[in-house]
Amino acid sequence: MSLFRLTRRTVMAAATSFLALGAATLPASAQTPPGVLIVGQIAEPKSLDPAAVTAVNDFRILVNLYEGLVRYKPGTLEVEPQLATGWEISEDGTEYTFTLREGVTFHDGTPFNAEAVKFNFDRMLDESHPFHDTGPFPLAFFFSSVEKTEVVDDMTVKFTLSAPYAPFLSNLAYPTGLMVSPAAVEAGGADFGRSPVGTGPFTFAEWRSNEAVVIEKNADYWGEPAGTEAVVFRPITDANTRVAEMLAGGIDMMVEVPPTALGQFQGESFNVVEQAGPHVWFLILNAKEGPFADKAVRQAANYAINKEAIVNDVLEGTAEVAAGPTPPAFAWAYNEDLDPYPYDPEKAKDLLAQAGAEGAELTFFVTEGGSGMLDPIPMGTAIQADLNAVGFDVSIETYEWNTFLGEVNPGLEGKADMAEMAWMTNDPDTLPYLALRTDAWPDKGGFNSGYYSNPEVDALLEEARTATDQETRAELYKQMQEIVQEDAPWVFVANWKQNAVTSDRVEGFELEPSFLLQLSSVVKN
Amino acid sequence: MGAYIVKRLISAIPVLFGITVIVFLIMAMIPGDPATAILGSYATPENVEKLNRDLGLDKPMVQRYFIWLGNMLTGDFGRSFSLNRPVLDEILERFSATLILAGVSFVLCSLLGILAGVVSAARQYGFADKAITFTVLIGISVPSFFLGMMMILLFAVKLRWLPVSGMYAIYGGGDLPDLIYHLIMPALALAAVATGVVARLSRSAMLEVLRQDYIRTARAKGVPEGRVIYGHALRAAMVSIIPVLGIQAGFVLSGAVYIEMVFQWPGIGRMLVDAILKRDILLVQGGVVFVAGCYVLFNIAVDVAQGLLDPRIKT
Repeated sequence: MSLFRLTRRTVMAAATSFLALGAATLPASAQTPPGVLIVGQIAEPKSLDPAAVTAVNDFRILVNLYEGLVRYKPGTLEVEPQLATGWEISEDGTEYTFTLREGVTFHDGTPFNAEAVKFNFDRMLDESHPFHDTGPFPLAFFFSSVEKTEVVDDMTVKFTLSAPYAPFLSNLAYPTGLMVSPAAVEAGGADFGRSPVGTGPFTFAEWRSNEAVVIEKNADYWGEPAGTEAVVFRPITDANTRVAEMLAGGIDMMVEVPPTALGQFQGESFNVVEQAGPHVWFLILNAKEGPFADKAVRQAANYAINKEAIVNDVLEGTAEVAAGPTPPAFAWAYNEDLDPYPYDPEKAKDLLAQAGAEGAELTFFVTEGGSGMLDPIPMGTAIQADLNAVGFDVSIETYEWNTFLGEVNPGLEGKADMAEMAWMTNDPDTLPYLALRTDAWPDKGGFNSGYYSNPEVDALLEEARTATDQETRAELYKQMQEIVQEDAPWVFVANWKQNAVTSDRVEGFELEPSFLLQLSSVVKN
Repeated sequence: MGAYIVKRLISAIPVLFGITVIVFLIMAMIPGDPATAILGSYATPENVEKLNRDLGLDKPMVQRYFIWLGNMLTGDFGRSFSLNRPVLDEILERFSATLILAGVSFVLCSLLGILAGVVSAARQYGFADKAITFTVLIGISVPSFFLGMMMILLFAVKLRWLPVSGMYAIYGGGDLPDLIYHLIMPALALAAVATGVVARLSRSAMLEVLRQDYIRTARAKGVPEGRVIYGHALRAAMVSIIPVLGIQAGFVLSGAVYIEMVFQWPGIGRMLVDAILKRDILLVQGGVVFVAGCYVLFNIAVDVAQGLLDPRIKT
């Protein structure tokens, strides 16, 4: 008896208060305040310590808080000064001397100087450094060629490399090279990543777990001050919910809009921005054994796949057809003379007949998702259909992303004939050096999972890596692309165009080819 | 009674111990390791090995299990590498969010479900019964995540009455009305299925009781109908309704996983999904053990409540 009376009263009380409180707050609209930009992110950041993170999602916040010695020139992947005003490279390419910008201070008031630069690199690279334990630093190998960092004078710092390494400058421009405040690391220790201090146009305000990271305009910034008072990064992991928030006005900007949702943002109140980036989506072919050991069969696969249909129909125009191993976003190193393999099923059949490989059975590793993999299952199915149409017999095996990497990275031998893969890099050297050289076969610690080997390509890549002159490097990369396209160790499929949507209250926003999100010049009305 | 509770609590220890073994083995056996997940495309065997060493994952499995168990017994759940903070801090913070969502949903589904069941039993085959039965059928049949997405489209995107997602407003929020404002849609979506189940079971439990002789006696001696239904019948029917509520509590807790994803509620379900995808071993293990522990305690509480309610059940 007593139980029920309590219950009935509770029903009424709960229902009434629920409705009343709900109704009272209804007029509050989803409008975001002016001067505050709210960005929909794809995940909660891991840490705000640039040396400790690897995800583009985290970099999008970091590049607004921190700065590096150099940065990518807006709209390009070329390097220009940022916290350094200039640099000199020794004749043999092993010594880089940087002159630092005067009058720059970290957000905690400590000065930016040569000591600070040395602290940053020693922390990452020197295992005996007192703050090396604030790691692990998963991308420290970007700077593994750095032998020592020396303070020449207060505003001059010198790096000595173990061997000439041309991508050094673009690696410095990558977020792993962003400069943190030594004093803040000393004070925060392993928790530095949750209270970051840099030199950038925004200062850190607060991080509410799973709700928001808030950064505010840096009033004492050495350069052009930021166009907004604050930026809020909201992690919204579900893509549909992110789209709904954008439509409802709960966020002002979202990145990585699903291709199928782009149609909802046509019209006056939204702007869609696109930018091709240093991304390439390809199929690794097993050149060591099976049908793809024959170059003609690898070329046949390139002719057989209708890449136009994949980028236009499966990816709804959010990518372009790739011609070779280097994405066109590396404008200075990209070989404009290369045309993609045309879609020519007849030619593919001829090549297969000549090679005597008709009806060849292929095992194809497909992933369910993953960084830069776009829409891997529909893409894999389309590819399977195209290959079957010219006389292959393709069976697909699907894996979750981490499992997939565990299968593919150690090499395809004995397991598969082909596998999907995608890379986003910051220098034209990275991908071919790690995935196309003979010395990059999986047993030697590289990513050449299809065992492609061409001594000419090996020589070109070694030479390009040690040449410090950009024009010489460009020429070598262009030759490499021509040979690799002809040898067809991969099926070159697509270069992704990153996209973003902003509301009509946002002005001055551009996407960068580096896929980083520079928000300092953005204005929110 | 006290002895019974103590006995039940002691018998829960081997269950929890078994859970630690199972969750540890599952995390050890699923393919893909944290280093590969962190490094992504850059996971060379050399980098993976170095990072695994930095993360302390190079030790033998049995040794790792006992280190983990030993630390956990002293209250140290370890540090999440994907969030770079102590696992227990994260779990407690996220679990309170889940508790608010699941708790409100549980109250909603119990009250609405019992009310619907009682009304429909009292008016058996009448219009109210048919209307309720039909609504309940729809409630049970529509998956909660789909219902959630449809609610977002209608109430947040089209009508703009309610916020799409999150627990508090990004600016100027943080108080109770703000919380309730954000709670309405996820709580209703999560309660829908459970309400249906409770309603159906309450209806049949009530019908069962209403056929009993003592109900006829009550009516015959002139007890008002309202008192017969709510006083005599429901009280007896509660004995069979309470265990169902216990099951629904578990259901609401596990259903919170989808609802938390759809509405981006910062709860423990969403935390576990993210942690599994990132192979954040300690966070998954700690989270599962914590939730399982709560579940076990809750089941004991339900059994005890049932014993208090029904003197026929020997404790």
